[in-house]
Order: sequence, then C-alpha cells, then structure tokens
Amino acid sequence: MNIRLIALAMLAATPVAAQEKPVLTIYAGDYIASEWGPGPKIEAGFEAICACDLQFVTGDILPRILMEGDRTEADLVFGLNTDMTARARASGLFAPHGQDTSDMSLPIEWTDDIFLPYNWGETAFVYDSTRLENPPASFDELLEAAGDLKIVIQDPRSSISGLALLLWVKAVYGDRADEAWEKLTPKVLTVTRGWSESYGMFTDGEADMVLSYTTSPAYHIAAEDDTTKQAAIFPEGHYFMAELAAQLKSTDQPELAQQFMDWILTPEFQREIPLANWSLPARLPRDEWPQVMRDLPRPDKTLFHTEDEAEALRQPALDEWLRAFTR
Amino acid sequence: MAAGLHALRPVAGGAAVAAGLAALILGTLAVVAWHAGGLSGLGPWDWRAVWFTIWQAVVSAALSAALAIPVARALARRRFPGRAALVTLLGAPFILPVIVAIMGLIAVFGRNGAINDALRTLGLPEFSIYGWQGVILAHVFFNLPLAVRLILQGWQAIPAERFRLAESLGFGPRDVARHLEWPMLRAVLPGVWLAVFLVCLTSFAVALTLGGGPSATTVELAIYQAFRFDFDLGRAAALGLVQIGLCVAAMALARWIAIPAAFGAGLDESRHARAPRGWRVGMDALAIALTTLALLWPILAVSMQGLPRIASLPPEVWTAALRSIVMALVSALLALLMCLTLALAIARGRAAWIEAAGMLPIIASPLVLGTGLFIVLRGWFSTDAMALPVTVMINAIMALPFGLRALIPAARTLRADYGRLADSLNMRGVSRLRYLTLPRLARPLGFAGGLAAALAMGDLGVITLFATDQPTLPLKLYQLMNSYRMADASACAVLLMAISFALFWMFDRGGRLA
Repeated sequence: MNIRLIALAMLAATPVAAQEKPVLTIYAGDYIASEWGPGPKIEAGFEAICACDLQFVTGDILPRILMEGDRTEADLVFGLNTDMTARARASGLFAPHGQDTSDMSLPIEWTDDIFLPYNWGETAFVYDSTRLENPPASFDELLEAAGDLKIVIQDPRSSISGLALLLWVKAVYGDRADEAWEKLTPKVLTVTRGWSESYGMFTDGEADMVLSYTTSPAYHIAAEDDTTKQAAIFPEGHYFMAELAAQLKSTDQPELAQQFMDWILTPEFQREIPLANWSLPARLPRDEWPQVMRDLPRPDKTLFHTEDEAEALRQPALDEWLRAFTR
Repeated sequence: MAAGLHALRPVAGGAAVAAGLAALILGTLAVVAWHAGGLSGLGPWDWRAVWFTIWQAVVSAALSAALAIPVARALARRRFPGRAALVTLLGAPFILPVIVAIMGLIAVFGRNGAINDALRTLGLPEFSIYGWQGVILAHVFFNLPLAVRLILQGWQAIPAERFRLAESLGFGPRDVARHLEWPMLRAVLPGVWLAVFLVCLTSFAVALTLGGGPSATTVELAIYQAFRFDFDLGRAAALGLVQIGLCVAAMALARWIAIPAAFGAGLDESRHARAPRGWRVGMDALAIALTTLALLWPILAVSMQGLPRIASLPPEVWTAALRSIVMALVSALLALLMCLTLALAIARGRAAWIEAAGMLPIIASPLVLGTGLFIVLRGWFSTDAMALPVTVMINAIMALPFGLRALIPAARTLRADYGRLADSLNMRGVSRLRYLTLPRLARPLGFAGGLAAALAMGDLGVITLFATDQPTLPLKLYQLMNSYRMADASACAVLLMAISFALFWMFDRGGRLA
C-alpha cells in the first residue's frame, strides 16, 4: 500500500482543533457521540448558540472521572445513570445544575439538584410477536412460564440495565426476590456483558425475550418499519431509568457549562432525544412526542428506588442473584 | 531502537526489552494498587472465579493440544493441492475478533443454529452452547489453530534427512513416532499447552457470553467488575496479582515437563520421506476434513449474514477501518522488533527470566495495564493524545508471547546449528542479521507479525478506557450495536474479520516467500 496515501488519510481522519474558540469538553457514553446517537445533533445545536467548540470524549464516564478527580479535563458529563448517582455524588466533584425540575415529563418527581435527567425509559422484556405468540402478561406469568421460554439478560456487575433488573425484581418482590430469581434462572439462556450483545442475540432469534427498554420497539417501527418487536407490559410495574447530565466543579468554562445545562431542558434539545436516543424526553409535553413514541403501550406503574435505597440494595441483591445462579 | 541494540549486544538488548516489559506490567499493577491505597482482600465470589478460571483453562488447553496432534501430523506428512492455503486458513479462528467468533459459534451451535436444527429434525435432544461446555468449545475453537500451527512447526523443524534415514532403516510409523515424533512432541507440547492455558486464563467476553451465567465468571471479568461496578482498584490489583501468580506457576510447570529435542541441522531439502499408506491415509484425511469443517463453518456462517451489507456501510466505518489498519501495522512492527530482540537473547540461553518476562504480557490484564498507564501518564499528556499511541503499544506487547512461542524454538535451532559457525566466521552485527538471522527466521517472523497485526486489529480492550474521538473499527462495531443497528453491525463484523485475515495473510505469506 502507498504509505503517503495512508498518511494523508490519517491526517484527514484527525479532526483539526477549532482555533481560538473556547472548548467545552463533555465526557459521554460510547454510543452517544457516534453518528448514530444524539451526539452530532447536540453538538451542532449547541455550537450554533455558544460560539464555542463542543467536544465529546467517549468512554466509561464514572470510572474515569473518579480516577481523574478534580484534575479532570471534563467540564460536563453526559450519560450517567440513575442507579450510579450515589457514588458520583459522594465524590464531591459535581456542581448543582441550577434548573427548575418541577414540570418534567417524568413519571416520578425529580428533586435532585446536581444530576439532571435528559431522557428516560423503563426496563422491559422485549419479544418478537411472530416467534412468541403468547407472551407472559405479568412478571408472575414470566416466572411461571414453561421451561422452554428462554430470555437473555445482562450482568448487573458490568451493565447498567443488568443492575436495573436486580432493582426491578427487588421492587416487585421485595424480600421474596430470591424465590423470584430461583424461578427465573432456568429461563435465562445466558447473561451477557452489555445490552448490545443480548439484543443482538435476540434479533438473531437465539432468545425469545431480551431484557431491554419499554422504548425499544420504537426503533424497529420508525427505522425498520417492523412492528413485530414489542415490550411485554407487566401490571406489577416497570423500573425507571434515566440518563443524566452534570457539570463539574473543577470546570474552567463555568459559564459555557451552565449554558449547556440551561439548554438541556429546552424544547429544541428535548425534541432531538426520542428518535436519536430511542428514549423518552425528560421535559416535553406528551403531545409533542413523535407519533411512534406516543403510540407505544405505557406501563400503569413505574417503580423506582431512591438513590440511598438503590445503594443499600445493590450488594445484597447482587449476592442473592449470584446465589440463585450457582445453586 | 531495539534492533539497533541487538546488533551491538544481543543479550543486553533482550535484557533491556525484557526489563522494560517487566517494569511496565508489574509497574502498572503497582501503580493501580498504590492509587487505591493498597490491595483489597478477595471475597468468596472472587475465589470462585479463580477456581473456574483455572479449571476451564486446564481443560481447554489440554483438549486443544490433544486435538491438534493428529491434525498437525496429517498436515506435516501429507502433500495435497491447496495445502499451504489450508494451513493459513486454519489459523483463522485464533485471529478472529472475539465478538465475531462468538457470533459465528452461536450461528452454528446456538439454539437456532444449524446443529440444533439438525438434531431437532432427527428427534434428538438439543445441545446447549450456554454453560461451561460452551466456554470450552469456544476456547478450543479459538486455540486449536494456534496449537496446530505450533506443533506443525515442531514437525517441520525435524530435518527431512531424519525421516529419510528412518525410512532407509526400515522404520514403520510406530518407530518413527517413538524415535522422532515423540521426542519432538515432548519438547513442543508443554509450550503449546502453556500458551493455550494462558490465553484461556485471561478470557473475558467468551466466558461472559457463552458461560450462561455468573457461575462461569473468570478472573479477568472479576477485574472488569471491580473497575466498573465497585470502582475498587485495590481489588482489581489483587486479582491482577493472582493472575500473574497463576501465570508464573503454569510456566514453571511447563518448563519442568518440557525436554528439549536435539535433531541437529539438516540441509532444508523439501523432498520428504514417503508418508505411511493404508488406513493412516484415511485417518489423516478425516482429521484434516473434520478440523476444517469445525473451524471454518462458524466463520462462513458469520460471513453469509454480514456480507451483503458491507458496501452500504456508512463512511465513518471506513475511516475507522483505515485508522485501525495503520494502528495494527505499527503495532505489528513494534511487536516484531521486540520479539526478535527477545528471542535472540533467549536463544543464547541462561536467561530464563527474559523468557518469563516475554510471556508476562499474555497474563497481564489489559485493564490493569491500561489503567496503570492512564494514572502514570495523565500528568504529562492529554488523555486524548495518549489514546491511540498507548493502544498501539499495548497491542504490540499483548501479541509478544504468541510471537515468542513461534520464534524461540526457531532461534534456538538457529543458534545451535549455525551459531558457532557464524561466530568463527566473525559474522556479527548487521551482516549477521541480514544474511543469517532474518532469512533463517523469516517464517516464524512472518507468522509473529501476522498474529500481532491481526490481534491488534480486532482488539477493543484498552481504547474504551482511554476514551477518544478517534474510534477504531471494533469500537465502531460496538457503537452500531448500541444504536440497534444489528444488521450493519454484522456487516461491520465481517469487514473487521476480513481485514484481520488480510493483514495476517500478508505477513505470513511474506515470511514464507522471503
């Protein structure tokens, strides 16, 4: 191969740093900044109003922030999860968001003054109606389903949705969660590291149901015109998950960071969320949601543990889960 | 740099590289532990993971090595059209990106796979790939090719003259096995077993996806969880230390079992002795055919799924592919330089610690290594600037042990057969490298370079830790999957696989033509 050609291509592939504009550095989850996530639209939208250069840095947000401490280059983080806020807050690295959160479009009340949700959804088991004609109509029915029903779930120690499942089972079954897991484990085909591996196995037809989100069917309807993927709605309720943004105390661009935080709850920002993030907007009236999101069946009941409850449940619930699988 | 040193003082160069490796791997572990304020104790689940890890690695390595013997023998003694291409092709699974391999295995052995479809049609009970059996199946799938290649090299290292001498003495296949093949296997097998054992020891994604649940947790996975779930660097470092302890124990064991073979030098004539006839022809054909089927079927299955969409992949994927190719080539070059320097020093003997240091990377947790480097370097460089160079460096280091396994025996033979002659001719420095070392070692060097390039290409590992706005191809694959684009993701997987193979083939072929 021509070395010079490769060198040129590498140069072309390296983004040229914008000159003289202040840089706002945002640590974000992997998928957010890819061209298939909401990142590019957010970047273009904010740069149009801020006279700055917004740079997403993707990766494992919280481990990295905790390692870097107050020497971090990040001005903001984007994509933290609700069940991780206790440890993020304990680090003392984050500053208040300064927003009024009294009129959010969330199924729960939001009073946190540091972590600001920009989207939300609930955990749900997603199935293919052509392959599973009689899906379980409740969590109880799932537990009692015939032995040949196979589900794939995610490991709570490596995946945020896997952790949400632990907390979901705890919220539904409380002290009887261990019995619930005992019934569920024979139906678990396998446990994957992350959501994407599970979901891939489901779409390949390996598993009948996959641990995913109530909003997952929207992708298949909107992008693939496929209405066969559905979320099983359980009357026991579904567990709430939101993705959060927060600004760092140590930022060297406090005004820009605040401007970004102010922008998150505006309709311009919120309108981009549903079809780029495949989740529900945190502050947007329901009649402004895209049709596909409005048409999705909604659970009657949303379950959520407070930060302290979730943190206290985490280890015992995990031990319970591990015991159920190794029995 | 390393090659320059070698030209002057081979052992000093090797020692320098080995010392650097040891400092890097043990140093990063120390840094992680220090950052955490000391090592944390391990809980009962951690110890469970340790036992499962050892158990599955022992079984996987033993199975891989045992199954590889008949295949390597068949390939060594039979000549048929397309044999060279088949040898290259059979190496494929080892360099397959893990995520692609898992997709392939599920396509064949999964609940909806071809095997279970056939079993259902025949009314037989289904085979489940999820559980310890799946982990071992996947590990044999990955490592059988490595074992076959290493043992095949052992067979080819027996000079053809010995086989012809055996033939003229009227040796039957059993005598050949006893006097030529068994001593060779005795020398080679422990190293093969060790290499596979060590690969399986640090297995991560395979165990997690096919293990069926937390009872199949490996140490590397526990390290990942310590980082991600508990942010407990002390526990991660403690687990990393356990891994290194296991590595050293396994190496000592393999060293104790192995007995070097001594066949002396040959004239490199390619004319081979007649291979045994009769039922052994059928056995050899069966071994080759079954292995080919088992190893290539999953790859074919994945290709069929993804191939049609490759042309319509978005441009960002191609940019990432180009970036990954350049990184893989640089990684391979670095790996070759280090590998050669180390192998030549090890061949001079009496440097057991150099060999041990060369094998260390196989057991080092990429996660601990990456985190350690991150902590050390962040004061000096921006993490964005570090991401790609550090990834290239770590990939080069991670490929070293595989290259060394291929290169050390060849370098020892070279030293034993030509060392004294070259010394007496006062052949040293660049001319020795150019006229003796490189030509004699071209094959294993090509193989080592190919492995390094392919493994670097498919690696997702450390780059996710450093975070970057310059994604590699494996990272792009994950981004596609995370955006629900599973069909594009499988096309991207096929592209990743194709590039990995092409890189391997380029180096390996280059080495064989040289």
